[in-house]
Amino acid sequence: MWEAMQDLLYSGGVVRLAPGQLIMWAIAFALIYLAIRKRYEPLLLLPIGFGILAVNLPVTALMEPGQGLIWYFYHYGIASGIIPPLIFLGLGAMTDFGPVIANPKTLLLGAGAQVGLYLTFFAALFAGFDLSEAAAIAIIGGADGPTTIYVGSMLAPHLLGATAVVAYTYMALVPIIQPPIMRLLTTRDERRIVMRNLRPVGTLERILFPLVTAVVVMLVVPAAAPLISMFMLGNLFKESGVVERLTKASENEIMNTTTIFLGIAVGATMTHETFLQPRVLFIFFIGLFAFAVSTATGILLAKLMNLFLKEKINPLIGAAGVSAVPMSARVVHRVGSEANKRTYLLMFAMGPNVAGVIGTVVAAAVFLSILK
Amino acid sequence: MPTLTSPIAGKVMAIQVAVGDKVEVDDELVILEAIKMETPIYAEDAGIVAAIKVKEGDAVKVGDALMVID
Repeated sequence: MWEAMQDLLYSGGVVRLAPGQLIMWAIAFALIYLAIRKRYEPLLLLPIGFGILAVNLPVTALMEPGQGLIWYFYHYGIASGIIPPLIFLGLGAMTDFGPVIANPKTLLLGAGAQVGLYLTFFAALFAGFDLSEAAAIAIIGGADGPTTIYVGSMLAPHLLGATAVVAYTYMALVPIIQPPIMRLLTTRDERRIVMRNLRPVGTLERILFPLVTAVVVMLVVPAAAPLISMFMLGNLFKESGVVERLTKASENEIMNTTTIFLGIAVGATMTHETFLQPRVLFIFFIGLFAFAVSTATGILLAKLMNLFLKEKINPLIGAAGVSAVPMSARVVHRVGSEANKRTYLLMFAMGPNVAGVIGTVVAAAVFLSILK
Repeated sequence: MPTLTSPIAGKVMAIQVAVGDKVEVDDELVILEAIKMETPIYAEDAGIVAAIKVKEGDAVKVGDALMVID
């Protein structure tokens, strides 16, 4: 009887727990806490946190190639390059390009925030990574998860786990990293600025925008096609007004389903062996620096623009140039509403936010066409 | 009679008040969901809720009437 109990104990995971796994548990519980208690992006943080926890329990083999449940999610969803464009399809169906069409100068802010991406590229080169690795790491500086995963799987598959982990750590940390920088660089009066008077945008403009953007971007940088085509198709569904069922499927069922599998699979890449490594932590620090710089340059560019603009923009929206769609736009909205509940910056921030994504996708495609 | 219009496009997730309720400026009236974020819409005027123009699940565009405050 005693021996049977001993066998049961030794066939279980308890005795095989590594100290690193306990550290990963702490990270998982921290994310789950932030999701539930602080309501920090629960739709992503909850499955990611649970994925981290599940994969850091010994003997479960959830990420065992050809065997584990979550490995199949990862293999067929992410490594295949299918889920990132599907996320873009949903984002397209949810994205209102109206504020961009009505106020194209907010597009500049998206460019301002790409500075971080180039700094990351050179920082990674200096740190001894080769060109392809440096490009895969640099895309993290754009803070766009699906694009990072897409580029990582093409240019540096051996770093994909690390870059995906770091990119999604950023997605998770956007609400924590950005606000202090935003508050530091703006005055309360600037944060209180209410933006109004966006001109109404007509149906024809809304339908032409995704078509023109798709044609121009794919002609100039064909490697951007998988992400941009799905992004613009989703938006065309939405703006056409005639395929409501497809629009709803894209923004609800497809988006929600893929989010679950993306979240848990990305969380499950964070085993203690892959995550608690000097190389990963180093990538994390390079990107963290770039991310902070991107946030700062976006805000500073907005303040610079305000020197010339008659109708002031709320400089917080510059921070949304860090693509992290739509997380950084939400953070801008939240920080703005702390200063003044009725700023409603979400849609204004989507201008630079969307420009940031397009900028990051274009930069990614340039890397792909040069280096692949 | 001031009309509260939607400052963003989204889906009505919850309506936090009923016709006849007294509201103050900055009270939370409606919760919209846009880009997977719950966005509370706050009162711009104090008064009594005279009419509610939307119901849960409705999709609203910028400028659509949400409720009338008397």
